[in-house]
Amino acid sequence: MTDTIAEHAARDLHKGEPLVEMDGVGKAYGAIRALEDVNLTVNAGEVTCVLGDNGAGKSTLIKIISGLHPHSEGTLRVDGKERHFSSPRESLDTGIATVYQDLAVVGLMEVWRNFFLGSEIRKGNYPLAPLDIKAMREIADTELQKMGIHVKDINQPIGTLSGGQRQCVAIARAVYFGARVLILDEPTAALGVKQSGVVLKYTAAARDAGLGVVFITHNPHHAYMVGDHFVILKLGRRVLDKKRSEVTLEELTAEMAGGQELAELSHELKR
Amino acid sequence: MSSPVATQPSSQPSPPGAGAPAAPARQQRSLVSRVLARPEVGALAAAIAVFLFFYAAAPTFRSLPAASTYLYASATIGIVAVGVALLMIGGEFDLSAGVAVTTAALTAAMLCYQLSLNVWVGVVVSLVVALAIGFLNGWLVVRTGIPSFLVTLSTFFVLQGLNLGVTRLITGAVATPNINQLDGFDSARAVFASDVNLGLITLNITILWWALFVAVGTWVLLRTRVGNWIFASGGNEASARAVGVPVRKVKIGLFMAVGFLAWFLGMHLLMNFSTVQAGIGVGNEFVYIIAAVVGGALLTGGYGSAVGSALGALIFGMTTQGIVFAGWDPNWFRTFLGVMLLLAVLVNLYVKNYAARRK
Repeated sequence: MTDTIAEHAARDLHKGEPLVEMDGVGKAYGAIRALEDVNLTVNAGEVTCVLGDNGAGKSTLIKIISGLHPHSEGTLRVDGKERHFSSPRESLDTGIATVYQDLAVVGLMEVWRNFFLGSEIRKGNYPLAPLDIKAMREIADTELQKMGIHVKDINQPIGTLSGGQRQCVAIARAVYFGARVLILDEPTAALGVKQSGVVLKYTAAARDAGLGVVFITHNPHHAYMVGDHFVILKLGRRVLDKKRSEVTLEELTAEMAGGQELAELSHELKR
Repeated sequence: MSSPVATQPSSQPSPPGAGAPAAPARQQRSLVSRVLARPEVGALAAAIAVFLFFYAAAPTFRSLPAASTYLYASATIGIVAVGVALLMIGGEFDLSAGVAVTTAALTAAMLCYQLSLNVWVGVVVSLVVALAIGFLNGWLVVRTGIPSFLVTLSTFFVLQGLNLGVTRLITGAVATPNINQLDGFDSARAVFASDVNLGLITLNITILWWALFVAVGTWVLLRTRVGNWIFASGGNEASARAVGVPVRKVKIGLFMAVGFLAWFLGMHLLMNFSTVQAGIGVGNEFVYIIAAVVGGALLTGGYGSAVGSALGALIFGMTTQGIVFAGWDPNWFRTFLGVMLLLAVLVNLYVKNYAARRK
């Protein structure tokens, strides 16, 4: 499946080249500062893990990169050019694809309609041009087969697939449409061990194909399995920013669990 | 007693294996399963049942002229119901559709009569007004995020008041003057309200227009990109937005489509009777919604069909006329309607759960 992803990945990706760079980025919703002074670099062929507890600013960070909410301070550069996204379409057009935890797909729509949603193949370029349904069914079917996702029937509602499969279809779709940067929002949060494994394998495959991956999670074990760079957010600020070679799983786990705060708390509660 | 264990040795379905090493045998879902997953199945069964019921109960119901009568009654509901069904699939409501029909008809009638204009001028101006009402509904919904139920309820009251108030102000009565002496009335009547002789049966032209709108609605929903976007906007707005679907434009467009169809029905009523009562149309918004829901549209959006709305309207038309043909007290009609709606919602709930179940 690595080969399939590599086949569709954009040609001009070189490992280690910065794709997205955030410099001092912050976001305020009225008087509430959801995120401040975040520096983050997403390199091609690397997985950047963003960890944090609930309310740490992870979602805000994604929303800025994926164009749902523009940032209010700092600079965001994509491929070296400064950007200020005001719609998801703009972000998508620069090759940034976001796969949301629970929003990846439209449950009542068929698998193939979901695969092509927003990028439908049409038989002409005029309003109300008919869709090329046959081609879309075939492409979706072969692509999913090649990537090792076996669905019974490409016409079944995607809600009938398991959570892991749905997540994989969403990732496969993003890669098929030439994403250069893949943002995965808590892709393993609602999944069991086996399903999480499938998603993590996909994440690694996308990385090996040269895509830049932003992996957002609150599970340090999952992050450490695929990550090259780790950023931990707490209350909208960076509290840790280290390369894989500089950090151990124990450190990540301890920091995620609360680090110094937890040590103080356990001291306080000592019996 | 035979052992229940070994009865099905080979029909064990392979687990849906995302990480399974070998591809499980691919199989099409059974025909029954695919047919049952269509939104209009329940409405089709109900339409056949209602037809057979009145066929048995009322001898006059069996004739072709009777068919023409109930098809016409269905068309006057079904035309707007197509738009309302599409809008509901897109995840929104329109409670102002019933009075918007009257607003369109009143606009055309009074404009033409007061200024002695060609009827077609009124037709065009009222189209603009109807589309503007649709646009305003849609724009308010997507801009403010207020549920469309409330936005269009407000529009409903505003239009109801305007219909009565403005008509009273201009004509001094609650109905518009007769416009059948004006230029262009005959050609407008030919388009919107003439009878068409098809040899065996004479149909009002609205029935043909209705069929056309249902066909266009079905085509748009199932065969075009816009249709895909409508399903996605209603099914999961946030994920549709995230993959680049212009959800706001889709929703505004849907409200305008309802406006267009309300205008069309308004023109039919005006050309058919050549005068309009300012107070009509109130309550019809629910009839359109019922037709859409009976036809399989989910109140929560993302599921439904244009053909289903037509079947819903047909059930409605057959029942209103069937009760008359059978010589029963028409007061029972509303009771029937309520029962029908409840049954439809139950069937839809079942169908949705069936379609969304993991297989």
